[in-house]
Amino acid sequence: MSDLKHTDIEDGTEQITTDPTDAREKMRAGSMTYTLMPWIVGAVLLVIMPFIFTSNSALTIMNQMWITVVFALSYNMLLGQGGMLSFGHAVYAGVGGFAAMHIMNASDFFASFPLPVLPLFAGLFGMGLALIVGSFSTRNAGTVFAMISLGVGELIAACSVIIVAFFGGEEGISGDRTYAMPFFGNEFLQQIDVYYLTSFWVLLSAVLMYLWSRTPVGRMANAVRDNPERAEFLGYSARWVRFYSFVASGFFAGIAGGLFAINYEILTEENLNTASSGVILLVTFLGGVGFFFGPIIGAVVFTLVQTVLSLQTELWAFYAGVLFLATVMFFPGGLAGLIMMHVPAFKTGRAGTLVMPYIKTLLPAAVGVLAVSALVEMTFHVRHAATGDYDMTLFWTTFNSHSLLPWIIAIAVAVLAFWITRRNMPELRAAWATANTAREGTV
Amino acid sequence: MELILVNVIDGLVTGLLLFMLSAGLTLIFSMMGVLNFAHASFYMLGAYFAYQISLALGFWMGLLLAPLIVGVLGAGVERYGLRRVHQYGHVPELIFTFGLALLIEELVQFIWGKNQMPYDIPDILNFTAFSIAGNSIPAYKIFMIFISVAIFIGLLYILTRTRVGMIIQAALSYPRTVEALGHNVPLIFMGVFGVGTALAGVAGVIAGPVLGTFPGMAFVLGSIVFVTIVIGGLGSLWGALVASLLIGWLTTFAKSYNIEMSNILNGIGIVTPSNLEDNIFRDLWTVTSPQIADILPYILMVLILIFRPAGLFGKRHT
Amino acid sequence: MNAMTSTDAPALDISGLRKSFGKAEIIRGIDLSIGKGERHAVIGPNGAGKSTLFNLITARFAPTSGTVKLHGKDLAGLQPFQINRMGLSRSFQITNIFPAMSVFENVRCALLWSHGYKYSFWNMVGRSRDLTEGADRILEQINLTSRRDLPAGVLSYAEQRALEIGITIAGGADVIMLDEPTAGMSHSETDYIMDLIRTVTVGKTLIMVEHDMGVVFGLADRISVLVYGEIIATGKPEEVRGDARVQEAYLGAALEAEH
Repeated sequence: MSDLKHTDIEDGTEQITTDPTDAREKMRAGSMTYTLMPWIVGAVLLVIMPFIFTSNSALTIMNQMWITVVFALSYNMLLGQGGMLSFGHAVYAGVGGFAAMHIMNASDFFASFPLPVLPLFAGLFGMGLALIVGSFSTRNAGTVFAMISLGVGELIAACSVIIVAFFGGEEGISGDRTYAMPFFGNEFLQQIDVYYLTSFWVLLSAVLMYLWSRTPVGRMANAVRDNPERAEFLGYSARWVRFYSFVASGFFAGIAGGLFAINYEILTEENLNTASSGVILLVTFLGGVGFFFGPIIGAVVFTLVQTVLSLQTELWAFYAGVLFLATVMFFPGGLAGLIMMHVPAFKTGRAGTLVMPYIKTLLPAAVGVLAVSALVEMTFHVRHAATGDYDMTLFWTTFNSHSLLPWIIAIAVAVLAFWITRRNMPELRAAWATANTAREGTV
Repeated sequence: MELILVNVIDGLVTGLLLFMLSAGLTLIFSMMGVLNFAHASFYMLGAYFAYQISLALGFWMGLLLAPLIVGVLGAGVERYGLRRVHQYGHVPELIFTFGLALLIEELVQFIWGKNQMPYDIPDILNFTAFSIAGNSIPAYKIFMIFISVAIFIGLLYILTRTRVGMIIQAALSYPRTVEALGHNVPLIFMGVFGVGTALAGVAGVIAGPVLGTFPGMAFVLGSIVFVTIVIGGLGSLWGALVASLLIGWLTTFAKSYNIEMSNILNGIGIVTPSNLEDNIFRDLWTVTSPQIADILPYILMVLILIFRPAGLFGKRHT
Repeated sequence: MNAMTSTDAPALDISGLRKSFGKAEIIRGIDLSIGKGERHAVIGPNGAGKSTLFNLITARFAPTSGTVKLHGKDLAGLQPFQINRMGLSRSFQITNIFPAMSVFENVRCALLWSHGYKYSFWNMVGRSRDLTEGADRILEQINLTSRRDLPAGVLSYAEQRALEIGITIAGGADVIMLDEPTAGMSHSETDYIMDLIRTVTVGKTLIMVEHDMGVVFGLADRISVLVYGEIIATGKPEEVRGDARVQEAYLGAALEAEH
């Protein structure tokens, strides 16, 4: 009986037409439109981005960003929502991608359906692998799960050089997306076509993953994460709840892999290995595992940082490592956690009082960080530049890295900047306290 | 027969080397309940420090000083990093050590570059100890076995025969009680972490000249060490020893005997398909044991986790 | 003793139950039958094995020997979730809720299985009126409506205990087991929780472990006294209170505690 009633209101409009005198019902109807807003904004952004950033390289970067978004969101289904730390998530995306590549190369079959359907197949392959691995790995969360994920990840990555027929060995396998059945006359020759294909799948996957988190099994994933024993005494098997999350996560990771295959038309061992799995952990954690939108922020920020920094410096991975470690130690909520920290202040309208203290501390802190990174770069130059090559360019200035002056300047700037930061810190703390105690008073 | 003996010695060297890492890792795990992902990174640091020291003071000072420095670094990591992250729970701890492993690799590349360091066996040990049927056994291998066994015996002695060892063992199981008895448990934890990483440092010092001193060395050995302690049973020192030796011999023998999968499959009565080239399983048929030697530990681990989730010597508590 | 007249198997039937940890035998042969609709309290001094008995019944521990039957069905070898689905729900001595989730969410999770959602991923829990209303109804029963959207972890201790009871009864199980629901509470808090238990367990079988006889006196239909792993007396509260051996056990424990 209850199920019938339940499906009755599935279309969403029902919420608004139910008894309008019920205050709570109205509130929920309002929150319904409220939760739709971010999706509409996201969809509009996806559509108009190529009009703002028109170059091909911008499209490439955006494609990479969106693929990472799907991948990171699927990863957070495990880590953030299910409490399962995986060190081998890349294999599900990778196997999905390789499967998509083989479908591309099976020309007769590939020509029988349009390209936009391909990620679905990739997702199914990712899911298939997750079904097999999940059947034994989801018995436990925590350390044992992490170790199995690592072992399976290494195993499959190592298989890529042995099972050459599927993984193509060292050079990987490549294909051609344009052999698919034309999709309304479109053969996806242009980067922009691929962009919209990717965007479509990103939006669809993100919506589906969000909805998943609202389903009974999605809610129970949180319960199992927080307290598996209690969840078992509510009638749910912790293992099955984990298993379903794991399989769903494998499906969406596979979709990310399929999108990768369409974009780059080549997959190699790099798509499977532990390094890739590590990167997605980094991205997700940086964005914040506690909120649904965390991994989205993480993927966007990380891709940008990677693109910009890797053009500027050889040491970008080093900086990324420092950033990651600092996040784990000081902001375990990630970027999303930092953003959500400010919600109370915004609600009470006190956020404005934080602006000046923030400028006074964060600006010198940023200068200090830049000065330290200058020191790091100079050290690196002194150690690794070719002998006799004393000139280096940093922050649009060329100077001799072996002379004393730039070192003195950098050290002085760093010390001064951090001193100012430190001096202004109490002011920020006080402002923070007032902005948030105001809230305590009103609630 | 002689070849078997040579392989036994080679496997023993690999196994004992693994054990030096897995012993420290196991100690740290049973103490803090967290797997130190960066453990192999300390092994790498040991090799690099020893190389740097050996340039100035020679190999033996490297063997002495590098593990000490690594141990101090490890204790620092526990004190200022892990202890802070500990409040957030086990998963962030694991993530922290994972991040640390990435960072140490980048740091090593930053300081020493991406190339292999010319860190070599000292001249005094660079001779053939004896030979078995034409296969020469270098003295350095005997030296490695000697060091590993000496450390193992020393560790066993400290843990079971000394007062410090008693306190450590008690602190592993009943940290609260031991603290109530007036012992500084955080200090003990820091000490054990330091000693565990120092052991990894020793392994790095003696393995560096043989296995190569390069930025990827932590990664190559790191995941195998995890596999080892999972197979042995998390938290079991004996399990770590048995699993280390098992993996050492397994990989060594798989590498030196060229067994083809087709031989095995034929042996159990499956006939090789006539047109192997078109068969989708062709890679499976042509696989040889040296090819899969490096992934055998992973296969073993997955099998163990499926059929005996607590590992060989682990206690079943889940 | 209400509703003892039903002809079916007793709600819970324990026979010859024993449990040893190593050499120490904690539960030394317990036979106990609890009828449908009965409110039964198991009391006993500290270390009597109350929690062990509790964990044996809910299959958290496997018994060394003996059987536990729920509605006539043997529980041996079943997982907690399977026992829960057979209509037995339990609380924990140490507060055991989902601290990061909202109070409302805690209760709603407890409703999911009994509302037939199982592992479904095609239903939106937020869209289901019966879930929302059911959870709100339970929040009203346990007086936590005003805390509805707070994270459960920030509630006061007594409120968390109330929430735990709410979660335990939410699934509609007909056998409710509460493990020291008033542990660590002040007098007024204890009275409050006991009133709550009385109202939310109407018409259900209640098995409750308590340290203090006074707490369960007005509530329980029958009381069993557990001392050193054995039940030394079972009966109506007045009978048990007058029992010489019970007096001895409790006074003895009190004297020991003084030394």
